[in-house]
Amino acid sequence: MAVENPKYIHPLDRHLRTDRIPTMYCPGCGIGIALGAMFRAIDKRTREGLLDPDKIVWVGGIGCSARATLYVNYDAAHVLHGRAISFATGVVLANPSLQVIVIGGDGDIAGIGGNHLVHAAKRNIDMIVVMITNFVYAMTGGQVAPTTPLGVKTTTTPRGNPEPPLNVIKLLASLNANYVARASTTTPHYIESFFYKALGIKGFRFIEVVSTCPEIYGRHIGLRDPVEMYNELKKRIKYKQKPTIEEADISWETGIVIGEFVERNMPSYLELLGKVRVE
Amino acid sequence: MKKTFTSGNIAVAEGAITAGLKFYAGYPITPSSEIMEYLAEKLPRLGGVVIQMEDEIASINAIIGASWAGVKSMTATSGPGFSLMAEAIGLAVITETPIVVVNVMRAGPSTGVPTKTSQSDVLQARWLAHGDYIVPCYVPWSVQEAYDLTIKAFNTAELLRTPVIVLSDAVIAHLWEPLVIYDEGEVPIINRKIPKTGEKVIPYKPDPDLIPPMPIFGRGFKAIVESLVHDERGYYAPRDESYKSLVSRLHIKILKRLDYVFDYETYYCSNECEYMLVSYGSTARIAYVAMLELRKRGFKVCMLRLKTLWPLDSEKISKSCNASRIIVLENNMGKVYMDIERIFKDREVYPAPLLSLELPSLREVIEVINTWL
Repeated sequence: MAVENPKYIHPLDRHLRTDRIPTMYCPGCGIGIALGAMFRAIDKRTREGLLDPDKIVWVGGIGCSARATLYVNYDAAHVLHGRAISFATGVVLANPSLQVIVIGGDGDIAGIGGNHLVHAAKRNIDMIVVMITNFVYAMTGGQVAPTTPLGVKTTTTPRGNPEPPLNVIKLLASLNANYVARASTTTPHYIESFFYKALGIKGFRFIEVVSTCPEIYGRHIGLRDPVEMYNELKKRIKYKQKPTIEEADISWETGIVIGEFVERNMPSYLELLGKVRVE
Repeated sequence: MKKTFTSGNIAVAEGAITAGLKFYAGYPITPSSEIMEYLAEKLPRLGGVVIQMEDEIASINAIIGASWAGVKSMTATSGPGFSLMAEAIGLAVITETPIVVVNVMRAGPSTGVPTKTSQSDVLQARWLAHGDYIVPCYVPWSVQEAYDLTIKAFNTAELLRTPVIVLSDAVIAHLWEPLVIYDEGEVPIINRKIPKTGEKVIPYKPDPDLIPPMPIFGRGFKAIVESLVHDERGYYAPRDESYKSLVSRLHIKILKRLDYVFDYETYYCSNECEYMLVSYGSTARIAYVAMLELRKRGFKVCMLRLKTLWPLDSEKISKSCNASRIIVLENNMGKVYMDIERIFKDREVYPAPLLSLELPSLREVIEVINTWL
């Protein structure tokens, strides 16, 4: 429903297809926080004359986070489960002037799309990937995800998850990505500043956003109340300047370190192809 | 134009270049690899990009993305890779993305015989993905036609905003023949409709020809590429009316232009004909020779060769000849036969399936046909 009264226009409304609001997101979902922070970073870059909003393309696969592409008031693609990075690869290679933003959950990006994630980071291809980690397959009702901690009971691991989680920060740090960072929906200012920075870097840029999903994941770990889950996550989030890769472990017991894990200035794929000038 | 001597695979690559290809993503697989190798050498010099992806799934999704970024794009593969592309064929259909997918058929199922020929993927080409749709499919029988039909595939994709399949096979791929390559202006090239800059775009609102202009990325159109069933705005619409209207338009937009899409040739058809051979692709080459041989032996036999495999134009095919007995010759267990039998329901239609890893010999073909003479 479009809001007509100018009194009620939010400064970020122009980033949204307001006629598609309300979103499908559950109360307490962190995706809106992440999206808002990203919009503020885009706003800042645009105001500074460093970014043309018409050149932004959002790409999402399937899942709650990928569905953010339905709400953004930009060129946007809502494509196949796991294949957002592949689609984005074609977009940026066909038109290097585009700023391609892939958004998705940990299942979409690191589960079914894991192979494409690895190869995009290996190529250091020019795109930003924002992975919103909620530790569960939420849209399909609460099945185990690649990031689900060991032992957590989900609808498909009723006796507890027998697999230790995939640490995507560690995985990508071993590849050729120019930027690998982690923030949390409990620290939206870091989402904003990392995303702002990523918008100004070439090559493959990855930001993990640790999020709250009280409705689905919260149910599995006894934190069904949105405020309680948010506060419990907030207690565990620790920002570190220049954290080591070893500190990237996600542990509900010892805490979750956020920060910029990798900052490199390697030639990007487009630069190596000769599609943009190497500075 | 210039005349050269080359293979079917290189002819496909040259056809794509003539049509305006600017982005190729692929994964090596026998017997299609020369297409990517040739383009990797040539396309960057023409301002295009060739990338070897991590698998065929990534390849086809990348060419869909590239098409939305505004360029003509293609991938080529063979059976196993084609199977992996299934889901994304559906994505290209529902998002109305012009792409060309080349399947150089080899023997299956599974890994089958990578280096040998087959025509067993003809129904896979028709209904690879889940859901209801029509994807045009061209099937060349010579090096020249591999070139010509690749151009036609791009033209069809751009005209109708649809994925198009070029169904080659190991024989055509590695066959060397003379090839005429056209210069600019010597062959019609079709480019997709794009909304005017600054125009307010309703992304899936069709023109009277049922094709919506394509709001490509980066021009301020706020394009929506939507894999969910959507309405004209591109908004998810899980409602009967939207579903019916989208899926039927996706069918009708192609059937409306059947005159353009469907192509075939007949040889020696007359009122005297008693038998008609129906064949396509590399098998049609030997079917043609068999027809000439049988005519020498006094049989009143003619031939119909399909250049377009899907969709078939039932009316044109049924009126192509009065022959009372139809023999469908193909290098598989008898697949296109099922449709030909349906089309000629008032006549005797016989399957002449071959399962030959090489181009079948004349003797082999005559033997199979002889069963029905």
